[in-house]
Amino acid sequence: MKPTDIAAPDYFHKVVDCQWACPAHTPVPEYIRLIAQGRYSDAYMINWKSNVFPGILGRTCDRPCEPACRRGRVEDNPVAICRLKRVAADFKDDIRQRLPKPSPKNGKRVALVGGGPASLTVARDLAPLGYHCTVFDADPEAGGMMRTQIPKFRLPNSVIDEETGYILGLGVDFKGGHRIESMKSLLAEKYDAIFVGSGAPRGRELDIPGRKEAAANIHIGIEWLANVSFGHVDKIGKRVIVLGGGNTAMDCCRTARRLGGESVKVIVRSGFEEMKASPWEKEDAIHEDIPILNYMVPVAFKHVAGKLIGVTFQKVKAEYDAKGRRNLVPSGEPDETITCDDVLVAVGQENAFPWIEQDCGIEFDKWHMPKVDPKTFASTNPKVFFGGDAAFGPKNIIWAVAHGHDAALSIHKMLSGEDITERPLPEVQISSQKMGIHEWSYDNDISNDKRFKVPHRDKVVALKDIRAEVELGYDVKLALGEAERCLNCDVQTVFSTSLCIECDACADICPMDCITFTGNGEESDLRQRLKAPSAHPDQDLYVSSDLKTGRVMVKDEDVCLHCGLCAERCPTGAWDMQKYFIDMTHAGSTCPTKSRSAA
Amino acid sequence: MTYIAKPKFHHPGLKKNALGYTHRDYEGKISTLCAGCGHDSITASIIEACYELSIEPHRVAKISGIGCSSKTPDYFLGNSHGFNSVHGRMPSVLTGANLANRDLIYLGVSGDGDSASIGFGQFAHSIRRGVNMTYIVENNGVYGLTKGQFSATADRGSKSKKGVTNTDNAIDLVAIALQLGATFVARSFSGDKSQLVPLIAAAIGHKGASFIDVISPCIAFNNHAGSTKSFDYVREHNDAVNRLDVLVGRDPIAVDYAPGTVQVVEQHDGSKIALRKIDADYDPHDRLGAQTFLARHAAKGQIVTGLLYVDPDAEDLHEHLNTVETPLNTLEADTLCPGSAVLDKINASLR
Repeated sequence: MKPTDIAAPDYFHKVVDCQWACPAHTPVPEYIRLIAQGRYSDAYMINWKSNVFPGILGRTCDRPCEPACRRGRVEDNPVAICRLKRVAADFKDDIRQRLPKPSPKNGKRVALVGGGPASLTVARDLAPLGYHCTVFDADPEAGGMMRTQIPKFRLPNSVIDEETGYILGLGVDFKGGHRIESMKSLLAEKYDAIFVGSGAPRGRELDIPGRKEAAANIHIGIEWLANVSFGHVDKIGKRVIVLGGGNTAMDCCRTARRLGGESVKVIVRSGFEEMKASPWEKEDAIHEDIPILNYMVPVAFKHVAGKLIGVTFQKVKAEYDAKGRRNLVPSGEPDETITCDDVLVAVGQENAFPWIEQDCGIEFDKWHMPKVDPKTFASTNPKVFFGGDAAFGPKNIIWAVAHGHDAALSIHKMLSGEDITERPLPEVQISSQKMGIHEWSYDNDISNDKRFKVPHRDKVVALKDIRAEVELGYDVKLALGEAERCLNCDVQTVFSTSLCIECDACADICPMDCITFTGNGEESDLRQRLKAPSAHPDQDLYVSSDLKTGRVMVKDEDVCLHCGLCAERCPTGAWDMQKYFIDMTHAGSTCPTKSRSAA
Repeated sequence: MTYIAKPKFHHPGLKKNALGYTHRDYEGKISTLCAGCGHDSITASIIEACYELSIEPHRVAKISGIGCSSKTPDYFLGNSHGFNSVHGRMPSVLTGANLANRDLIYLGVSGDGDSASIGFGQFAHSIRRGVNMTYIVENNGVYGLTKGQFSATADRGSKSKKGVTNTDNAIDLVAIALQLGATFVARSFSGDKSQLVPLIAAAIGHKGASFIDVISPCIAFNNHAGSTKSFDYVREHNDAVNRLDVLVGRDPIAVDYAPGTVQVVEQHDGSKIALRKIDADYDPHDRLGAQTFLARHAAKGQIVTGLLYVDPDAEDLHEHLNTVETPLNTLEADTLCPGSAVLDKINASLR
């Protein structure tokens, strides 16, 4: 193998698994260390810059970082990254002084359609640069799906108000209760740029017999949640069936439990394991006495005299074809009818752009989705950009934020007369953490603690009040314990070939047997010759150039604890622990213009 | 030294030996030696050898004297018996322990100061008597704990860190061990685990006095240009006569080397060592030849490593003394003192 080029920004970025997995590339270990030090406001601001909604995401994020967390490859559970983010939000001081100040307007006007996370991120990035940002939303308040679709017992209004308020306070114009009905007339208003962040607002229908006849007691999940959120709906029947296995279904069933649903069931077509809902959301639902029945396909709504009485299901089983694809085939068992008073349909969401006329210069593909460049987020109309669920279909908040940052950068470049396809490199800093002979600026003593549970409100109390937040969040002590579990993967092991005397001290001390000194070879061959088996080929090998004996140093990054013992035991300082910090390019970053090739 | 404990986590894919242990289970406390010390590599090699042999840690007694080397038993086999004795007195403590309980595996760990200076006589007699043990000298040629004065194994003409030339002749412990009748004699280098680990494993399997001299560079005081025990010097002057490629239990050996290049040595416990010859003329069963070979190569400034001599039919101290098979420490009072009737019988036989 060729010697690893550690100067490439992506090499060490990949080692910080959580940050690499986060769509917005939040510097996770950095803010976790700040939490451990009690510097909650600093931790919050790092998050705020990167993911814009730390308090909201700290409660609701889909957490792509946690399955990626290295700790999960070393022991049972990853670090509770998401809930630590909430800690930063919960315990911070008043941070308003640290926010950017509204700056003098530069005369450029940007219209943002939809007041959800994507649009607000664009506004957050552009307003401080002097752009006049106008956000339009059909709802009276900002927040979009964060406000309408996420139940208050998971995300209180106060948090949404606070964090949307920070953005609107940057001098952003918010036009609530103002639905954009026509792209054409919006274009006619001569905005310099338009960003569409209108989400995926339509709940998918379930068109099976009885749907029309029993319509009064069949509700589309996201619409029903929005109605609950605005107080238009405050009760439901005693027996409720929720159809669907995503996070919306979990929100529906738990909301139903709080509005009078005594017997609430979630029924899914697939197996329990393959459900789209996050495992923790399933756990929370089951904890609230909601059974999840699987391998049952709804075939008809049963009704008597226009009144829903139940749902009939066909029983299926999973079969896998030669290619490993799963097919649901009838199991042969008789159909089952489950009685109920109400049904909530949460079988997916769809995009809908009835308000974008065909002759706006915005092309759509065969799935009726706008053609959007995945890098610049530009549509085929150079002035119109898309982001969030509106761009590529339903994902989640953190993706919307990531899209927003990239779209804002494009808009800023376009309006500065630059080529939007040229994406500036992120800024990367790497610096030694050595403080003394065996002293580092980070706590390298690895904690053996298991993941700490987040305290929950008593179930009886929680189920009585739809606005009572279920999760209470970590207290300071629990947060410290959980923060200490972080392996500081951003403090990198950096090797200098010229200093190495091949004494083996690092290979001997490494608790994870990551380091091997051996003859060079092709990657597949080297992976066979490591001290400990290489289980994850997607994790890079760090290879040195030739050493004095002709061998090379090979480090499997996979399960490195970043404990720094290799550097502590190295007599010549050939190993050093260096903190890697990557600052993703946002609109207005003063940055080198060299374009970068990879993610 | 390192202040934090070595993390308990280990690689999830670590292999387990016949006892279900990983090599991490054979570790001891974290080393307090200087960073990069060769002794730590020897520690790692002992750990690896014991892991590969699936040795039960509680069947091992590790005994040492004083010095950097003699601290190391604290860093391996944390669940074994241990005795950190007086300076240079490891061999007699080990001999006593061995006499009391012949069933344990004895690891004597010593250094060049401990064995070639203050304990030179002790070393000599334990070898001479054929105590069943693995005697490892972690040989760095200097007194590291007292800031790097030459030890008795420092080569004449080699230079100290400050540039002073050594005018005394060196003691070659391997030559002495051969002369005193050790039945397993080897030399190796802490920077070459592929050679050292099988040597330690083979030595543990040997019944009799096994002696291994391991050159172990002192990073702090003896790893400079004028040293003959530095990483660079040893790597440049290392003349390995053979390598132990395979060490297996009672399974038959299947080796596919060219005929005449591999020599199979069967040990007392039935295990076999496959020796891959590097020097075709070298015969590890020829004590006299080995001594000559060593002297000739030493004169050329070469450091001969490998398994230098082994007597597969060696006897140990217990056989010499004709002691009972049962360890003395488990003999019951009525066996040890069979009563006046037996005494009368013995007395009668002497009349």
